Amino acid sequence: MDVELTRLPGIGTKQEFVTGDGRRVGVLTHRDGHRELLLAGREDPDSCVATLPMTEAECNALGTLLGAPNLVAKLQDQQREVEGVNTAQFPIAERSPYVGRALGDTAMRTRTGTSIVAVVRDHVVSPSPRPDFVFAAGDLVVIVGTGEGLKQAAEILEAG
Amino acid sequence: METALALEELGALFFGLGVLGRLAGRIGISPIPLYLLGGLAFGQGGLLPLAGIGGFTELASEVGVVLLLLLLGLEYSASDLVGGLKRSWLAGIVDMVLNATPGAVAALLLGWGPVGALAMAGVTWVSSSGIIAKVLSDLGRLGNRETPAVLSVLVMEDLAMALYLPITTAVLASLGFLAGLRTVGIALVLLVVVLVVALRFGGAVSAVVDSPTSEVFLLRVIGVALLVAGVASQLQVSAGVGAFLLGIAISEDTAENATRVLSPLRDLFAAVFFVVFGLNTDPREIPAVIPVALALAVVTTLTKIGAGWFAAHQSGVGSLGRWRAGVALVARGEFSIVIAGLALTSASIDPGFAPLATTYVLLMAVLGPVLARVVVPVHGALSGRRRAAA
Repeated sequence: MDVELTRLPGIGTKQEFVTGDGRRVGVLTHRDGHRELLLAGREDPDSCVATLPMTEAECNALGTLLGAPNLVAKLQDQQREVEGVNTAQFPIAERSPYVGRALGDTAMRTRTGTSIVAVVRDHVVSPSPRPDFVFAAGDLVVIVGTGEGLKQAAEILEAG
Repeated sequence: METALALEELGALFFGLGVLGRLAGRIGISPIPLYLLGGLAFGQGGLLPLAGIGGFTELASEVGVVLLLLLLGLEYSASDLVGGLKRSWLAGIVDMVLNATPGAVAALLLGWGPVGALAMAGVTWVSSSGIIAKVLSDLGRLGNRETPAVLSVLVMEDLAMALYLPITTAVLASLGFLAGLRTVGIALVLLVVVLVVALRFGGAVSAVVDSPTSEVFLLRVIGVALLVAGVASQLQVSAGVGAFLLGIAISEDTAENATRVLSPLRDLFAAVFFVVFGLNTDPREIPAVIPVALALAVVTTLTKIGAGWFAAHQSGVGSLGRWRAGVALVARGEFSIVIAGLALTSASIDPGFAPLATTYVLLMAVLGPVLARVVVPVHGALSGRRRAAA
C-alpha cells in the first residue's frame, strides 16, 4: 500500500492512501500540529466528503481502535516462536523521555534483563544498534526478553 | 489639541474597522473590501474627511505592506518555492499570460501607456492567497485533490511577485532602461541568494531573530524586517520584496513563532494600509470606472477559471475538481492593492488608476468566495440537466 505525501505550502502536509474500495483516506497535518481526518467522496473522488478536525487524544484513540488489535495479534504470533523468550516492538512516542537520547541511557539490559535487538526507522531496520544509537520520535524498538522484562521495558521507554 | 484630535480619529477609525471586520465575518466574506469601503467613506470627497492622522497612517500603511509580505514569505519555505517552481512552472506561466493580459490591454485601451499597463497587469494577475486559503479551509476543501494545484499557482504568483514588484518599482520611478535593468538585476541576485541561503543555512538567518522571550523575539523580528525593507527600498527593490525574501529565509520553527506573534500586528497594520488606500481614492471618481471594472471582472473571472482549470487538469483532477480549482483562484485582494498602492506613488500613473483598482478589487474579493461556494451546486444542476437531456 502506498501512502502518498503531499506538501501543501503554507498549510501543512497531507498523507493519504487509496483503500481497496477505491476511496482516498488521509490525514492533513496543519503546520501548527492540529490534524484533520480526510475521507474522499465516492461520486467525486477529488473532493472530501469528510474533513474531521481531531485532537491529539482523539487521534490516539482512533489509532488504537484501528491498529491495536492488529498489533496484539502480531505480538502473540511472534511470541509463539520460543517458549519463555518473547519479542516485542515498542514505538518511541513523541513525549518519550528518550527522544534525542542515546540507547545506552536506557540501561535496558541492567534494569530489565531485556535486549534491544533492532530499531526500525522509516522502514529502515538498524540491527544490533550500539549504545550510542540516538532515538528519534517514531522509532520502533524491537526488544527480546521475558514477558515481565518486556513490560518493564515498555514502561521505561514511555516514562523513563 | 492636535494629538487629542488624532487620537480620537484613530480610535474611531480602528473601532469602525473592528465593526466592519465583525460584519465581514458574519456574512462570510473577506474584510478587505469592507476596509477599502471604510477608507473611501472617510477620505477626500468621502462622508467624513479625517484630517489629523495623515502622518501616522502613512507610515503605518508602509509597515502594513512590509508585514503583509513578510508573513506571506514566512508561509513558504525555500524548498516549497523550489519544489513548486519545478512542478508547476507551466501552470504559473499560463496563469500569468491569461490574467495579466486583460489588465494590460484594458490599461492600453484607456490610454494609460505601457507603465499603466504594467501596473494594471499585476492588479488583475495575482490572486489573493489570504482570501483563498481562508475559503478553502472554510469549505473543507484543503484535503481535495485539486487543492495542491491551487496552492502551487499561488506559490508561483508569489514567487513571480519577487521579480515583478522590483521591476514595476523601477519602471514607476522612471529610472530609465539601464538603472531599471540594474534594479531587476539586484532583485534577481537577491532572490537567488535568499533561496540558496534559505536552503543551505536557514538556521543561521533564524538564529539572528530567534529568542525564547516573546518580547525580545517580536522586537528582533520587526527590527530586522524593517531594516531589510528599508535597505531594499533604498536599492529601489521595493520594501515589500525585501520583507518577503526575509520571510522565506527564516526557517520552519522560527517562522511559525514569527507568524504567531506577528499575525495580530499584521492584521492591524494591513487594515490601516487598506484604509489608507481607500482614503487616497476619491469615491466620486468611481462611477466613471464601473463599466471598465465590471468588464475586467467578467473577463478575468473567466481567465482565472481557465488558469485553475489548466493547473488542476495537469495534476489529473476530474471535471468538477477543475471547476472548483478555477473558481477558487478568482479572488483578488491584498496583492492587487499592494501593486496599486505602489503605482500611486508614481507621477506617471493616470488618476483613474486608483478608482479602477479599488472597484476591481471590491468586486473580485467578494465575487471569488461567492463563486467558490456556489460552484458545486451549480455544476451539479447543470450536469443533472445534461443527463436529463441525454
